Amino acid sequence: MSVTPTAPTVPAGAWSIDPVHSTVGFAVKHMAVATFRGRFEDYDVGLTAGEHEEPRLVGSVKVDSLKVKDPNLAAHLTSAEFFDAERYPELRFESTAFRREGDELVVEGDLTVRDVTRRVEGRGAVGEALEDPYGNLHLGLSLITVIDRTAFGLNWQATMPKGGKVLANDVRLELELELVKQA
Amino acid sequence: MRILGLSGSLRSESHNTKLLLAAANLLPPGAELVGFDRLREIPPYDEDEEGRQPKAVLALREAIADADAVLIATPEYNHSMPGHLKNALDWISRPLADSPLRGKPAAVIGASTGMLGAIWAQAEARKVLGALGARVLDRELPVPIVEEQFTEHGEALADDALEQEIAGLLRELIAAADAAHTRALAA
Repeated sequence: MSVTPTAPTVPAGAWSIDPVHSTVGFAVKHMAVATFRGRFEDYDVGLTAGEHEEPRLVGSVKVDSLKVKDPNLAAHLTSAEFFDAERYPELRFESTAFRREGDELVVEGDLTVRDVTRRVEGRGAVGEALEDPYGNLHLGLSLITVIDRTAFGLNWQATMPKGGKVLANDVRLELELELVKQA
Repeated sequence: MRILGLSGSLRSESHNTKLLLAAANLLPPGAELVGFDRLREIPPYDEDEEGRQPKAVLALREAIADADAVLIATPEYNHSMPGHLKNALDWISRPLADSPLRGKPAAVIGASTGMLGAIWAQAEARKVLGALGARVLDRELPVPIVEEQFTEHGEALADDALEQEIAGLLRELIAAADAAHTRALAA
């Protein structure tokens, strides 16, 4: 089946994040058995859409806002062994392509983690814009991508006593974004 | 530039304490090595006692916080680091976000009377320091057959190559501390 790219339905304008109704999370296999999840609580996302050009999605995340169930683990993850928040306080993303393929939203762009920038492709969906009772337009956008953390310098690893690695290299990034159109 | 030297050996004639003293003599001008001799006072780590931190633990926290970098010289006991050294690090690891070692440049050296120069103990110490959030130099400095490494009176190192190696490690540690200062000023 061939897929004909069509313009996504993002009404023109500047859209900003509603952080209360959004999630910037990650999931990674731990000890090859369970999926471990975390999220970042302090981030900024902007979507700019014109009448004719492709929408542009830009985001930044404060690494120190990482939350997992154990604060000592969060402190380990933000230390020099992982994200090194002191040296690299932010994660960044800038889209280079934003299009629909059939029912699917495809966003490509440059993701920066620590001091490494790599092109990634996220897939997901963008909904129809809906108006709230106060006349504000809301837009839902979900995106998922899987990155190899070691490609971004997140190389920590340990071997289990009977062999096998403690932490998978593939990390699933999960974005659930609610955007509000700026007046 | 202040480097805190922690000897993992408690005995008075410790080779590793001597190794730290030898390292102190190799520091460039403007850098000093200060010691901490209260590891023996630190009781076994007990989470129930976290709210009443022993005085020696508080002193260790303060000594690390006051230093620009930490240099550990560890012997090897049963293929690992001494229990009291690990115990001291366990005390200052909680809560992890407030550990004085967080972001602190650190290096590990080690001496043994055997052929390997405490390489396993050094590897374990680096692993533990990394888990505490320290910026650990990714290099080892094994000093094997240590009783042959010092001059007759036991203070200076007998081997120029070993001296050069220690001096190089110290330069790297000081550069890491300088970089940390620069980042702190920029933040």
